[in-house]
Amino acid sequence: MDENTVSNGNEQDPSKSSRRNFLKNIGLLGAGVTAGAAALYSGDIFEKKKAATGESRVLLTQDNKLVEVDSLEMKALATNPTKMMLEKGREGIPGKRWAMVIDLSKCRNARRCIAACQEAHQLKPEQYHLNTLQMQDNAETAPYHMPKNCQHCDNPPCVAVCPVDATYKRGDGIVLIDNERCIGCRFCMAACPYSARIFQWTTPKDAGKHNGEAYNVELNVPQKLGTISKCLFSADRCRDEKLPYCVSACPNGVYYFGDENEDAVTNGTTKETLRLSKLLRDNGAYQLMPELGTKPRVYYLPPKNRLFPFEPSTD
Amino acid sequence: MEKIISDLSHHIRLNKGFFLWMGFLGLALIACLYAYIQQLSYGLGVTGMRDVVSWGLYISNFVFFVASSLIGMLISAVLGLIGMKWVHPITRIAETIAVAFAAVAGLVIVMDMGRPERLAYVFMYARFQSPILWDVTVITTYFVISFLLLLLPMIPDLAVLYKRFGNLPGWLKPVYKALSLNWCNLPEQNRIIRRSIYILLILIIPAALSIHTVTSWLFAFTTRSGWDSTIFGPYFVSGAFVAGTAAVIIAMFFFRKNYKLQDYLTDLHFNNMGKVLVLVAFVYLYFNINEYLVPGYKLKRADAVHLRELMSGQFALIFWLVQVCGLLIPIIMMLFRRMRKPLPLTIISAAVLLGAWFKRYLIVIPTMSHPFLPVQHVPENFKVYTPTLTEIAITLLSFILVLIIITLISKFFPVIPIVETANDKGLDPLKSIES
Repeated sequence: MDENTVSNGNEQDPSKSSRRNFLKNIGLLGAGVTAGAAALYSGDIFEKKKAATGESRVLLTQDNKLVEVDSLEMKALATNPTKMMLEKGREGIPGKRWAMVIDLSKCRNARRCIAACQEAHQLKPEQYHLNTLQMQDNAETAPYHMPKNCQHCDNPPCVAVCPVDATYKRGDGIVLIDNERCIGCRFCMAACPYSARIFQWTTPKDAGKHNGEAYNVELNVPQKLGTISKCLFSADRCRDEKLPYCVSACPNGVYYFGDENEDAVTNGTTKETLRLSKLLRDNGAYQLMPELGTKPRVYYLPPKNRLFPFEPSTD
Repeated sequence: MEKIISDLSHHIRLNKGFFLWMGFLGLALIACLYAYIQQLSYGLGVTGMRDVVSWGLYISNFVFFVASSLIGMLISAVLGLIGMKWVHPITRIAETIAVAFAAVAGLVIVMDMGRPERLAYVFMYARFQSPILWDVTVITTYFVISFLLLLLPMIPDLAVLYKRFGNLPGWLKPVYKALSLNWCNLPEQNRIIRRSIYILLILIIPAALSIHTVTSWLFAFTTRSGWDSTIFGPYFVSGAFVAGTAAVIIAMFFFRKNYKLQDYLTDLHFNNMGKVLVLVAFVYLYFNINEYLVPGYKLKRADAVHLRELMSGQFALIFWLVQVCGLLIPIIMMLFRRMRKPLPLTIISAAVLLGAWFKRYLIVIPTMSHPFLPVQHVPENFKVYTPTLTEIAITLLSFILVLIIITLISKFFPVIPIVETANDKGLDPLKSIES
């Protein structure tokens, strides 16, 4: 029915048909001219650009592809470095499960780990992400020195109680604190059975020197007044595939650090890499207060067969 | 009946005593505000708190404030709903105390924050797994219900006072007019207000139990010795009734004397409040025995350290003063009728209230002082917590705010419900305002 009507119309009124064709042709011509002009114009701009720089850069994209880009095409993205680091710091390092092993038989309370830690994290001498405690389990057993840091629990009581999601557990096992978010209520300090957390009660060390620096959540610097700080398993070093500050600084081979998924830990002093599961099994490894159900990621090897006499610390 | 109205409203005037008292509170407020400004500019380091004792005076004061605010629910709801007529003249005093303490409790928590300017984050990034969120929710709810329970029963009173204004301060007239919401004693109005109050009285019971139970969970949800307890909820609630009852008795004594209410707050009311205090103090004593004897019998290592510090160590003096002078002796004394007369009962209540404050100190600080792992290589002021002057001034600031709120409410509104008192005597002052 429709077809008929159309054909009939064509037969009956050829002038209508030719007007339509005319309009169509004009339209095509116009489009062609515009496209041509645009092509000429952009070609001209491209030529001018080429003339201006003539050099191209080879860049590596985030998904590991090499691309060639003209240097004029490159523009810096307007970014907020603090925000970028905060976003990256929430994600963790894919595929990793960091773990630490502390061999108490080797600790001589050199406290070099503490110095390295305090240096990296801009801490005052009385502020400890890591502290060596003089322990004695009972009157009959020998005293020993025990480095104690955040245990990076898999069931962290501190994370549970935080009202604003400022402290969080990452996929790679590290518990971090976002000090752009922390409100300073200190509930996490009350909840932590290991006393691992510290608070910036007064103006942080060298506060003036680091004014205006972007906040790095994986290093927790610059430290901020009125917020919480604690051991981060040197999350920044983990990202660079390096050992944590304390682990590298130890002169006595106390610390092992590595990836539980790879089942390998590396000694910070000897750089010897061992099987984590075997090290734990063969040496009677234990965790601090496992009865609390916090599931720490730090393991201790008991202080047996010590090669040196115990020297009490001055404090 | 005229006598009742004028007796219960003649304190509503601006006299010299009021200006002196408010002037004193105002000056003290300014001095203490200065301390808070110090804290704002230099951080929480101006307090005695450090990494070991990281919750101090502020948190124990917060617990005390939440505790004291609970009394509104005990007097109005529990005693009111079971038909105790003698509580009628006391209900408004109890609600005033509840509103004042609940309002300032919220501020006390802000005073303890390291970053008070980030308060909005609590709502922006709210994590409902955190008991702090629960506490914020229930305290706000409790404050709103208490405020309504202060306001609604006052509507008929204000209508009466507006009608027969007499020589009350002129500027109060529009306030009374606005707050009495055109009340003209219609049966429909009466029905609505009675039902609203009834519903609020029922709602306030779970709200009140929640605020102090959740506040106790801020501690009981941790693993620390001294806090890791399953009875902390009821233990805190019963302790709250002790603190609140004592606070109401003290307030009753001052209102009776300063506002000349001897005919309305009689020996009978003090006698009965004394009995209430004995009852709740006994319940609290029972919970105290549980709280200390159960871990004391087993003496797990960390519990043993905690209990030793409390009973014979650093905190022994406060501990025994609180238990003996703040609980045991008051209980024994109040068993005698003579000790439930206004003056002796007020003195006993003051001891109980003081004890209740220090009891919160004993709940918070000793547990913080002795964490599971040894405290080593830190300065001396990390090991022993001593509140600083600034910190004490900021704590006083919260008390000054409570006193200002209570003074303003009690000074410009009838302390004792007028209509209810008249009704209890078979009179109806509302007849005259029916239009």
